[in-house]
Amino acid sequence: MNIDSIQNGIVIDHITAGKGMRLFELLGLDKLDASVAIIKNAHSEKRGKKDIIKIDADIPVDVDVIGFVDPGATVNVIRDGRLVEKRNIDMPDRLVNVIKCKNPRCITSTEQELDHVFKLTDRRNKVYRCLYCETKAEIK
Amino acid sequence: MRSVIDILDLSPDELMELIEVAQDIIANPAKYAEACHGKKLATLFFEPSTRTRMSFEAAMYELGGNVISVTGAGTSSAAKGESIADTAKTVSCYVDIIAMRHPKEGSAYVLAKNASVPVINGGDGGHSHPTQTLADLLTIYREKGRFEGLTIGLCGDLKFGRTVHSLIQAMSRYNGNKFVLISPEELKVPSYVKKDVLQQQNIPYVQTTDLEGALPELDILYMTRVQRERFFNEEDYLRLKDSYILNPDKLKNAKPDLAILHPLPRVNEISVAVDQDPRACYFKQVLNGKYMRMALIIKLLKEAENEH
Repeated sequence: MNIDSIQNGIVIDHITAGKGMRLFELLGLDKLDASVAIIKNAHSEKRGKKDIIKIDADIPVDVDVIGFVDPGATVNVIRDGRLVEKRNIDMPDRLVNVIKCKNPRCITSTEQELDHVFKLTDRRNKVYRCLYCETKAEIK
Repeated sequence: MRSVIDILDLSPDELMELIEVAQDIIANPAKYAEACHGKKLATLFFEPSTRTRMSFEAAMYELGGNVISVTGAGTSSAAKGESIADTAKTVSCYVDIIAMRHPKEGSAYVLAKNASVPVINGGDGGHSHPTQTLADLLTIYREKGRFEGLTIGLCGDLKFGRTVHSLIQAMSRYNGNKFVLISPEELKVPSYVKKDVLQQQNIPYVQTTDLEGALPELDILYMTRVQRERFFNEEDYLRLKDSYILNPDKLKNAKPDLAILHPLPRVNEISVAVDQDPRACYFKQVLNGKYMRMALIIKLLKEAENEH
């Protein structure tokens, strides 16, 4: 399958197969007024298959979101059709307003003004917990 | 501004300092009778509580301070929809220190972030209740003389019981302790306590449903009530509420120096006949709670004064 290469924009590569749509949603790319391609189950030399997101616009992407969903992904910045920057992604220590706490007893369920903040409490097992009630975040 | 939201906000050294002050208060109450003269404590209790609020208020009065009390969400500005952040900023204008109980988990953190005076968490939903743990710790220390090398049994509602989680966290910081977690299947300790506290620090623990079988090896038995207010479903509560009832017969094979603790109120999980047993420490625990709250109020007010 061929997708046109982009001139100026972002390619999120090496996404674990199956996580592309989740990343698309959390990055808010559905609201973007530019061409965006999600390639699912693309061939990968290392992992057999992977997802790729191509964004035909030079926009800032929230690397914290990518690090939360899939820290193995890479972000490639393309300018004038050339790769100018390749960034490896790490898990962020804090996530602000990316996901919501699912605990119905959490204070964030009633106080609308509060930021939804999650802290990385266990890097090895990729565990994020709500700053307020310490409920574990669900990573789909 | 220094606040205490969780028991782990206090280092082991600070905890020992509080225990020393509490024991000095017990020995020399007159020395502390004016320790908080001219200071005001606000007790904001948005969830039903008798003993915790009374304990905070008695503590402040015995230190020569004053108390302004708000009870019940229905009678406060919270009923008008005021945010916790605004409550924090407003109440900070009136008092020197705040103790709050609130049904929502994380509410005390939000209050502390927005208050300009120290905040003590008097219980935030099923999350944390550090001053109960202070009462538990002083009781353990006075009964056992140490925090190390103890086999601690926790029995009852280990899922929603915030005092259980805090006590496990606090006692996990000392060497040689072992936990025996006794509960029905549905009320087991949550995975985050097991994984993040016990397993991460390689602390030995066993999970069982058998109270009598576990009793002989225990140095401490911490009984808890199955709390109606933590259940969304009344049927589940009714099914589980009488899972464990401690009575003199069950205690026959327990150690002679066992210490039986309970955060109270009890419903029927400890039979009244056990009250006569010298191993029953739960009413001493109530008194210890007041002394530890006194020690904590003194400490936080002193620190706030030094900050200004």
